Amino acid sequence: MNTIPMEYYLLISAFMFSVGVTGVLIRRNAIVVLMCIELMLNSANLALVTFSSFLGDPAGQVFVFFVMTVAAAEAAVGLAIIIAIFRNKLTVNIDEINIFKW
Amino acid sequence: MILEYILFAILGLVAVVSSIAMVTRPSPVMSAIFLVLNFFALAGLYLLLNAQFIAVVQVIVYAGAIMVLFLFVLMLLNTESEHAILKEKRNLKFIGIFIAVLVFIQIGYIIFYSAPSDGITKEIAESINAGKIETIGTELYTTYVLPFLASGFLLLGATIGAIVLAMKKFE
Repeated sequence: MNTIPMEYYLLISAFMFSVGVTGVLIRRNAIVVLMCIELMLNSANLALVTFSSFLGDPAGQVFVFFVMTVAAAEAAVGLAIIIAIFRNKLTVNIDEINIFKW
Repeated sequence: MILEYILFAILGLVAVVSSIAMVTRPSPVMSAIFLVLNFFALAGLYLLLNAQFIAVVQVIVYAGAIMVLFLFVLMLLNTESEHAILKEKRNLKFIGIFIAVLVFIQIGYIIFYSAPSDGITKEIAESINAGKIETIGTELYTTYVLPFLASGFLLLGATIGAIVLAMKKFE
């Protein structure tokens, strides 16, 4: 169908996922870490839409819809937790948030 | 044909560059702005893949709702940039990039080893039909009605959880 091969889309998706992994590992700001998780969810969405489109099957796009629902819920609860931590410790630096570390 | 390739090259380049810029910018607000740019490039890629409904939902939900939430929290917390932190922790940076390169090599190897586009001979009409809001709506309310209801409960739970967390009094 498409003239562009499927591998190109999947490579962009894989690259965005790796960049998201880097962000989660090297960034110290909890909000930016959450944003990097959103980036990884989006790269998974791109792979799902690619397969769905190339196979002519709407199931993949329905899954993308569910992934977006989960991402919205995750962002809402995650940001609420970050605000609660900030009110207690006055920081969102994940190196300084170590109450559970022993 | 050639227009499709040009659009793909531009959108793919914007998606890749904006994702790198998002991770490397020290200021959280700049990260958020580049993430919005990345979401718009992804919406364009979805349009190239004949997924109109997902492209529109991507712009409305991700770029519109979720990123506004992020920017709002950034504005409330007023966090500082990460210049100093990234400079003093060089080891962490190298380990992070090393692990990410390993992940990329793994996924890329699987993509080319399995050669997913071999044997796909679907017509473009099927692809357009799969992306139509009518098809997705029918699937959502027939085959996937139970997950659909579960996602409604998930959103309800997330709303209640966020409110409970925000109401809590700390001393």
